[in-house]
Amino acid sequence: MHQPVHAAHHEAAHAEHHELGFIQKYIFSVDHKVIGVQYTVTALLFLFFGFCLMMLMRWQLAYPGEPLPVIGNWLGEGMPGGVMLPEFYNSLGAMHGTIMVFLGVVPLAVGGFGNYLVPLQVGAPDMAFPKLNAASYWVYFVGGVIMLASFFVPGGAANSGWTSYPPLSVVATAGQTWWLIGMVALITSSLLGSINIIVTIVQLRAKGLSFFRLPFLVWAQFVTSFLLLLAFPPLEAAGILQLMDRVAGTSFFMPTGLVVSGNALPVAGGGSPLLWQHLFWFLAHPEVYVLILPAIGIVTEVIVNNTRKPLYGYKTIVYAVLFLGFMSFIVWAHHMFMTGMGVTMSNFFQVTTMIISIPSVVVLTVLILTLWGASIRFTLPMHFALAFLPMFAIGGLTGLPLGLTASDIYLHDTYYVIGHFHYVVAPGTLFALFAGIYYWYPKVTGKQMSRFWGKTHFWLSFLAINGVFFPMLIQGIAGLNRRLYDPTFYAHGAAIQDLNVIISISAWCLGAAQLIFILNFFLSLKWGKKVGDNPWEATTLEWATPTPPPHGNFLTEPVVYRGPYEYSVPGEEKDFLPQHVAPAKA
Amino acid sequence: MELKYGYGLVPDLSAHGAGIDHLIKVLHVFMVVLFVGWGVFLLYCLIKYRRRPGHKASYESNKSKLPKYAEIAVVGFEVFLLVGLSFPVWSKYKRDFPADKDALVVRVIGQQFVWNIHYPGEDGKFGRTDPKLASGSNPLGIDDKDPASWDDVVSVNQFHIPVNKPIISHISAMDVIHSFGVPVLRLKQDATPGMEVPIWFQAVKTGVFDIVCSQLCGVGHSLMKGVVTVESAEDYQKWFAEQPKQFKPKAAEKAPAPAAEKKQEG
Repeated sequence: MHQPVHAAHHEAAHAEHHELGFIQKYIFSVDHKVIGVQYTVTALLFLFFGFCLMMLMRWQLAYPGEPLPVIGNWLGEGMPGGVMLPEFYNSLGAMHGTIMVFLGVVPLAVGGFGNYLVPLQVGAPDMAFPKLNAASYWVYFVGGVIMLASFFVPGGAANSGWTSYPPLSVVATAGQTWWLIGMVALITSSLLGSINIIVTIVQLRAKGLSFFRLPFLVWAQFVTSFLLLLAFPPLEAAGILQLMDRVAGTSFFMPTGLVVSGNALPVAGGGSPLLWQHLFWFLAHPEVYVLILPAIGIVTEVIVNNTRKPLYGYKTIVYAVLFLGFMSFIVWAHHMFMTGMGVTMSNFFQVTTMIISIPSVVVLTVLILTLWGASIRFTLPMHFALAFLPMFAIGGLTGLPLGLTASDIYLHDTYYVIGHFHYVVAPGTLFALFAGIYYWYPKVTGKQMSRFWGKTHFWLSFLAINGVFFPMLIQGIAGLNRRLYDPTFYAHGAAIQDLNVIISISAWCLGAAQLIFILNFFLSLKWGKKVGDNPWEATTLEWATPTPPPHGNFLTEPVVYRGPYEYSVPGEEKDFLPQHVAPAKA
Repeated sequence: MELKYGYGLVPDLSAHGAGIDHLIKVLHVFMVVLFVGWGVFLLYCLIKYRRRPGHKASYESNKSKLPKYAEIAVVGFEVFLLVGLSFPVWSKYKRDFPADKDALVVRVIGQQFVWNIHYPGEDGKFGRTDPKLASGSNPLGIDDKDPASWDDVVSVNQFHIPVNKPIISHISAMDVIHSFGVPVLRLKQDATPGMEVPIWFQAVKTGVFDIVCSQLCGVGHSLMKGVVTVESAEDYQKWFAEQPKQFKPKAAEKAPAPAAEKKQEG
């Protein structure tokens, strides 16, 4: 609609930001969009790698003790003759969790989407601190390299679970030291990133863009960044304390009188293994919301855009996530009900856990009521966003029996837990992230991803991922413990071993389905259909930029006149009214 | 008695387990009702409000009060779950301990990768322990100079208990964190070094079933299986009498004191 203006401003933009060399432009860039893309691509690679670790474990779980054909012979020490060793299995488990959470989902959701979209959606030319932003990516990158390198140290990568409970983690092989150093890097990166997002949202909003006119995604990123900023430092401190326990002979987490393999352990003692658990979960519970809030933000944007009507209860959902963010700091000990917690404490944490379910229900209600009276376009991103709703619902509901101590006695540490949190994070968050990728890909690249292959990817993934995680809930009900190298060792596990075969086959199918996505992602760069500036006919500011947005983003400083979701406004000619379009003079 | 395993909850032989199973069942009915009701509404919206020629989205939002009432109902039901179903079971499990004299009191100590069951014997007193005395044959470091230890029995992975008698187990570990999980008895308690946490339970039927280590404890975690044998009081007495009293001094009948040094070599 303002094409002529574009051309003129293109020139101006070029003059202002003189052409940079390849390295400065694409490698050590300080442009939030390039950094966002760097985060996205790196995190996607880590997600796929972390998933591959799991696909290996699934062989052992489906066919315990049998040699893995072909691939098994390539993996050297961990799988002599193709048969997986328990220590290798434990490494794979610990690193799968670590990589998916800290190197995959968080960097993609916050580093990728947050970096790319927040400045665009608030109408800013860049992040508040561009160099800090680049530093955050590179510290993350270093953390990732350390984690990968740890696979090659003697004894292999960390093998004490992603939770790294001492004393086991303190007496574990060298991989754990690398894990701790890697974690310190990753946490540092997240802290740098989160402070940047907060300052950008507070300081760099465009003229007219009040807090209650922010797109909901920005709110979600805002709350997420506060969670990262407040919850990560305790874990960073704890990580350094554990590192000291390992390398400097301290006993922060080591109690007196430890006897390992028949020998008294030469440590001072006096520490507490439970202290680590408190520090760890004080981060790791808010972390769950760090994983889910950006996903809710993305899903909200996609759903509202494709319903062509305003969000039902904008303020309700904003207050719900603010409350969610606050509550997430006082539920952590529900991960520790079986440590020997007294009745008063556990009752407190049961109550807070039930309370935190309420804003989650509110969020789902708001999204589903937005569909009421809509004109729903079943676009490719909308498929993933809609699938998110029931998947997140299953994830949330299955949290109930784990949040109540009585039922948790039986279900704690079983596959029910694995099924529960994967429903939240995998078909939940990851589907939301896929929705986001399909939705903003045209803005980032100027090309549309293939609809046909996207839908194929969706349906195969949707079926396979439920084939992976739903049977886990059944396994959990049947009492099967998690983290077992050989699930058939117990009679009650052997009785339901068929489920493990079903899960593994589903997991491998899920892996194959992702190849479609990978090909679509890269081939669309070249072969994808060209799109204009606002292909989804959306209202928020990122669509007011040229496609792809140049360095500096906006051609003219945007001014915001209205809320983020003015769709199907009565009396308007089009069914969308962008935030930056000046109202017609009355 | 042979126990049957399959899909669904494992059999429950405990006195307190009924409340747990009841809660799990109520929760799942609640979850299915919510999910199906909600899912039907979602599908209805997707079909009714799909984009098609002549259909326009409405700017106005749904004004119905129904969602608010539904949410209040959900909150109300959660309060009921907490107060009505979870709190009572949990506080009975954690608080209403029988008196020591009415129960069999044992210590359960996790060790990579076995379960040590320490019985106090007829005197009801556990022998003193000291980690410095730990050795291959005496992993718990029980001090055989302490006369209280002379009738103690340490059983490895074999946990025999009499049926219908309250059992108090003091759960701990000597190296890393383990978790004393017995699905059939609806028990789970982390075994953390440096802490001793008591739990109590009562088996209502005889049977043989597994102790499952329920906290990742190292390479042998998945093989850390113990066996619980619930038997009649007579069978239990018979089994206990057959167990070696390894801390009893060899010449205890005649001269109890001097024989103590022997055990220290390991």
